[in-house]
Amino acid sequence: MKKTISIIISAIMLVCLFAGCGGGGKASKGVVNVYNWGEYIDPDLRAQFERETGIKVNYKTFESNEQMYSVLKQGGVNYDVIIPSDYMISRLVSEDMLAPIDFENIPNYALVDDNLKNMAHDPENKYSVPYMWGTVGIIYDPAVVGEVDSWAALFDKKNSGKILMFDNSRDAMGIALKYLNYSLNTTDEAQLNEAFELLKEQKPILQGYVMDQIFDKLESGEAAIGPYYAGDFLTMHSANPDLKFCIPKEGSNVFVDSMCILKNAENKANAEAFINFMTGTDQSMANSEYIGYTSPNKEVRDTIDLDDLAKSVMYPDDAVLSKCESFINLPQKTLNYYDSMWVKLKS
Amino acid sequence: MTKKNTAGNIFTALTYIFLYAPIVVLIVFSFNSTKSRTVWSGFTLNWYKELFSDSLIMSSLQTTLMVSVLASLIAAVIGTFAAIGFYSMKKQWRAPFLTVNNIPVINADIITGVSLSLLFVSAGLFMGFELGFGTLLIAHISFDIPYVILSVMPKLYQLDRNLFEAAQDLGCTWFQTIYKVVIPEIMPGIINGLLIAFTMSVDDFVISYFTAGSSVETLSMAIYAMTRRRISPKINAISTLLFAVVLILLIIVNVREARQQKANIKKQKMLKGSN
Repeated sequence: MKKTISIIISAIMLVCLFAGCGGGGKASKGVVNVYNWGEYIDPDLRAQFERETGIKVNYKTFESNEQMYSVLKQGGVNYDVIIPSDYMISRLVSEDMLAPIDFENIPNYALVDDNLKNMAHDPENKYSVPYMWGTVGIIYDPAVVGEVDSWAALFDKKNSGKILMFDNSRDAMGIALKYLNYSLNTTDEAQLNEAFELLKEQKPILQGYVMDQIFDKLESGEAAIGPYYAGDFLTMHSANPDLKFCIPKEGSNVFVDSMCILKNAENKANAEAFINFMTGTDQSMANSEYIGYTSPNKEVRDTIDLDDLAKSVMYPDDAVLSKCESFINLPQKTLNYYDSMWVKLKS
Repeated sequence: MTKKNTAGNIFTALTYIFLYAPIVVLIVFSFNSTKSRTVWSGFTLNWYKELFSDSLIMSSLQTTLMVSVLASLIAAVIGTFAAIGFYSMKKQWRAPFLTVNNIPVINADIITGVSLSLLFVSAGLFMGFELGFGTLLIAHISFDIPYVILSVMPKLYQLDRNLFEAAQDLGCTWFQTIYKVVIPEIMPGIINGLLIAFTMSVDDFVISYFTAGSSVETLSMAIYAMTRRRISPKINAISTLLFAVVLILLIIVNVREARQQKANIKKQKMLKGSN
């Protein structure tokens, strides 16, 4: 008994000692703290980066831009690289939370597609390097709802009970605004009201507001039409080959998730090394194949081995893209409008 | 009588179905060949293979196990001594202390999480540390301790008060009394408390979320972050493995207890016989 107890206690003390070391050694060189979306990196790349550079990657994941934002604001954390989406980047820039990137340390930036440079959220290309991007389109089963080329199908009473819609205010309103041929980023109250009325009319014919449940509902045929991301369509298509994808003729939303460095980053040089590494052709190719979203790298676009369907969905041509818009951060007044409108709609 | 039994059996069966159907579905879909959670498309072991090659999930699993094992062991030691302390208190003092001990158990996780996080952030500013594995471990220990105390206290009440005095009469120092007499007697309570604390730690999401900081991630946090891209069947696979491990642990503990009870009964019979 005595022996066991002393063994247990000494084991605990030993481990505490090492745990303490781990905590204290964190600020030392050779670390980069990365904060990314869940399931949004090829895990082999992390190991490869550690092997090649000797920099240890502390990797954490978040579930939405807003969650990431609140964690950053809460304090007590110390991330170097974060990977938010477009509108969140413009918000972080306007709140002076990002550090300008030294592009001399990111030679691979030359490989980034020109379509993804000088975008509204970072017009001077100072703060962000694209990580993955994609479009939002309509995923549908033509046997049930017929051929689709317009957002109108999501508001059509004949599809009643078969329609799914984004369960967040920004994406849902974006679709209504695009259908009305307005900008996704409008702050005009008359236009916003018009879009809101449209969503109110749509609510009774919806099967539901969903996020990732859309995979199961469309794969099993429980629902027949809904908007989602292009890359995720290919996942659904592999389980249910009847499904088709289209970017509506009115235009759509294009999203970009980009790597940024926080102003208070302690390991800026390592962060830049990580960003440069992830932008390289081989890495971006592997990452794109793992995640299933579109790589921002031109060489990947030209050489990636995809069938015709996947290629057309993931790398749409410039004519389609020119009609698409990305989200930017909205003024607080408009954000408040979104919040109150969403509460009214869902209650 | 037989009619009553069939109704009772049906009720029991339904209870088990409601309890275990979700787990069965989870296990079945860990062998599904596509990512779908509703459409069965063939048997595969791929998700298990991918699970073990996914360094992100494996490192979060490692963090979870490290934190849970350490926190439950440390909480078992602290909680046992706290319980012995409460037991030796005067009655009018014991009651309020035990009530205070119960508050963290009843309190909402989110309040515990936010308040610990505020404490760590402000203390960190003064003392120069930041949220990380250390704060995560402290948080887990602090919410584990009450469970240990709660499961050790009843064992102490069952203890014969005269044992202390007898042991000391026979020449034990106070420390020998504790570890030679008291601890062996309350061991089942300590083990129970340890197991409960361990499962609470593995389970916990909310408190970890607020106290883990920027460099460590537990398994529950990794799973939560996957919801935009849909939870991968790798998670089914790892849940299946965890379920199997817990099941085996429980079986071992129960078998051990049953054997000990048998041995005890035998011992008592022998004692009676020699009287």
